[in-house]
Amino acid sequence: MADTAATATPETAGDTADGIRRRDFLDIAAVSAAGIGGLAVVYPLVTQMAPSKDVLAASSTEVDVSAIEPGQAIKAVFRKQPLFIRRLTPAEVAAANATPARSLRDPASLADRTKEGHEDMLVTMGVCTHLGCVPLGAAEGEVKGEFGGYFCPCHGSHYDTAGRIRKGPAPTNLEVPEYEFTSDTVIQVG
Amino acid sequence: MSFPWAKEYAPTNGVTKFLDEKLPLPRLVYNAVGAGYPVPRNLSYFWNFGVLAGFFLVVQIVTGVVLAMHYAANAQVAFATTEHIMRDVNWGWMMRYAHANGASFFFIVIYLHIFRGLFYSSYKAPREMIWLLGVVIFLLMMATAFMGYVLPWGQMSFWGAKVITGLFGAIPVVGEPIQVWLLGGFAPDNAALNRFFSLHFLLPFVIAGVVILHIWALHIPGSSNPTGVEVKSESDTLPFHPYYTAKDGFGLGIALLLFFTMVFFLPNALGHPDNYIEANPLSTPAHIVPEWYFWPFYAILRAFTVDFLFFPAKLLGVIAMFGSILVWFILPWLDKSPVRSGHYRPLFRKFFWFGLIPAMVVLFICGGAPAEEPYVMLSQIATAYYFLHFLVILPIVGQIEKSEPLPYSITEAVLGSDKKAVLGENTTPAV
Amino acid sequence: MTKLLSIRLVAILVGLGFALIALYSFVLGAYAWMTEEPAGHLPYEEPRDIAFSFDGPFGKWDIQQLQRGFKVYDEVCAACHSLKFVAFRDLEQLGYDEGQVKAFAASKQVPGIDPNTGEATTRPGLPTDYFPDPYPNNVAAAAANNNAIPPDLSLMTKARGDGVNYVASLLSGYSEPTAELLAEHPEAAPGPGLYHNPYFPNLNLAMAPPLTTTGQVTYDDGTEATVEQMSTDVAAFLAWTAEPTMVQRKQTGWPVLIFLLFATVLAYLSKQQIWAAAKPKKD
Repeated sequence: MADTAATATPETAGDTADGIRRRDFLDIAAVSAAGIGGLAVVYPLVTQMAPSKDVLAASSTEVDVSAIEPGQAIKAVFRKQPLFIRRLTPAEVAAANATPARSLRDPASLADRTKEGHEDMLVTMGVCTHLGCVPLGAAEGEVKGEFGGYFCPCHGSHYDTAGRIRKGPAPTNLEVPEYEFTSDTVIQVG
Repeated sequence: MSFPWAKEYAPTNGVTKFLDEKLPLPRLVYNAVGAGYPVPRNLSYFWNFGVLAGFFLVVQIVTGVVLAMHYAANAQVAFATTEHIMRDVNWGWMMRYAHANGASFFFIVIYLHIFRGLFYSSYKAPREMIWLLGVVIFLLMMATAFMGYVLPWGQMSFWGAKVITGLFGAIPVVGEPIQVWLLGGFAPDNAALNRFFSLHFLLPFVIAGVVILHIWALHIPGSSNPTGVEVKSESDTLPFHPYYTAKDGFGLGIALLLFFTMVFFLPNALGHPDNYIEANPLSTPAHIVPEWYFWPFYAILRAFTVDFLFFPAKLLGVIAMFGSILVWFILPWLDKSPVRSGHYRPLFRKFFWFGLIPAMVVLFICGGAPAEEPYVMLSQIATAYYFLHFLVILPIVGQIEKSEPLPYSITEAVLGSDKKAVLGENTTPAV
Repeated sequence: MTKLLSIRLVAILVGLGFALIALYSFVLGAYAWMTEEPAGHLPYEEPRDIAFSFDGPFGKWDIQQLQRGFKVYDEVCAACHSLKFVAFRDLEQLGYDEGQVKAFAASKQVPGIDPNTGEATTRPGLPTDYFPDPYPNNVAAAAANNNAIPPDLSLMTKARGDGVNYVASLLSGYSEPTAELLAEHPEAAPGPGLYHNPYFPNLNLAMAPPLTTTGQVTYDDGTEATVEQMSTDVAAFLAWTAEPTMVQRKQTGWPVLIFLLFATVLAYLSKQQIWAAAKPKKD
């Protein structure tokens, strides 16, 4: 830069070393400031694609579970994805507890996956951990798979009554979202 | 490019050598806006606006692409998605205000750029093609801006679309079918909104393409300069980089200061309050005005209030409005004065400062004012002068004017003397 | 050369033609202007200039005032006017906590669907819901209001010139038309179902004075609720609903401008340094 400036105009051939250094400093500072400004602009351009306020506000859902009979399940919507809430029958609880957790692909006991005092209330995402299909088994009359829980028709993953992966390509158990009982009959998810 | 002393690009390392061999993009940039482009050494700040216009085109495309990620072109929800951008999208308010004010700044710098071209006769040979492409860019910008203003689907959006497409209805016989075809209906609605969105997204990229042609055409003869004297020798020029990159960088800083002052502190000052009312086909705003950058042309449109012979007033207005820009296409062949710069043309200068500029100011004010007296009468006089200036005064002045003495060269204009010219050295004229 | 000359000859003729037609319009217009009585405008007043905490480049919301204004909207305006771009969750920005917002949302009925029959019904609001429209549709709104549909208020202060001052002036500005006005413009007398307001562009407004008595709204912070005070407060609240990001916008602006000023000074110095080499030497 300094070089071009000096040679472009013969009148200034006698530029001192001092002048060149000061010029370089100013040029570097000016170009750096432009660079910092350019980087600062990137921040809003990137974050504008993150979830907007209305999407974030809809990120928690309340569900009344009082009407679910043992053996029944309902599909709710949590963050625009299906949420399965199932009240297990004593037989289903027993079946889940009879399976040694350690022998499973993704070891977890029914107690790990439910809230204390509500061990018969299984709350899971209705999203197969393989490739994200919605498993069957929550609605009346749907296939529940070989283990009586959920069955994903896309690639044949079988989940048991605790929503744990037992057979098929899915790598992990159905995800249990963060939730809590705000009263005996109402859960708040997220 | 055409100057023999232009510095040649010399790749220094393996990567640039490889690139230069396979795809000489760095060489292209070097020759276009780098040290390889010799530029007259006497350019004033009026020569900053070309680069600034390019910058604001980029601002519009970047913010526009962002807004398009959140906007929905459907009459049911367009207004609501615009408000969603303003309220809920992260930094959405900033993107929208930057886009709305960016359009205004784009027009401000373009108008200054055109003003420069008119005063220094930058349209004259050998630069006619640059000027013609510039007029094409301006027309594309107007179309883009008009369609963009429709998208928020406010009251002015709707009624602006109705009035402007209604202009085509003035064309005899085919007018009304054309208007219905343009809108895809009998009034602006989903069909119109969707096609305006589609074209509003497309046209800026067409503009970018024409901008490339505009710059290409510029590099054939090289930049004009305030004296209007062509480059004669190497001492008349400086390499674009670092001299004009530095000067443009400073100009950009000033432009951005003004731009962000508007965006952050006066974001709605250039807009109209009515566009914060959702479009309502059953209720017309008290008076419909376009965005400020269309005011002079809107004034010309409305200046024709009386039928003349078998021409209805509306048709005359439409012809005059489009004609007021179309005359620019023949400008290089109207003004045949051999002297370019207004600095050396005493008679031209008088008409420019005391005729054209006041007429444009009057048209600007009248275009934004309601269609009542005295604005209509003022706009009629200014319209008459506008056409007289370009079509009558410029050709005649070019013939009869006695220009002031020109400097021998750019170097002489800058330094007071051109040593080489005096000594007879290095005076090979530019090829 | 003769060809070019002919282009210019044609241009001169076309130019004279355009100018003459424009001047023809001018002459007829000027004649009409001088001979005909001009159609007068009704004289309406510009909004009063009221000081708000959020005015100016350093302005901030007065949270207390916004809460008061919100109460005025909720107890008075909301009976007829919707606020459709504002969600209950947005009230957290006015200093209410999650529980308060939830309780307020639940106190409003929003359109819903009966889970058993699928019929349209209403349900208590959630924080994610938007302020409900007091009327099911425009036809109902027009029918209930003498054919004048009460406009949505979300953007009111941006949708009028000098909007905040206008809203405050209008709400506290109802009066009887003066005798001089009626003498000069008999058409300014309010028709049936219309009310005189000097700040309204055609002076006659379909909205009955909404704020009439001191204490019409009971403020939680003990401020005396005069008509003037309520008008100002609700105008401030509507300034917030129109642009909740206003203060954030101004506060973002300052660092941006300061940085740009610094960068521009640097760019200037750098440009001066570079150009020093090319400046003419006086010798």
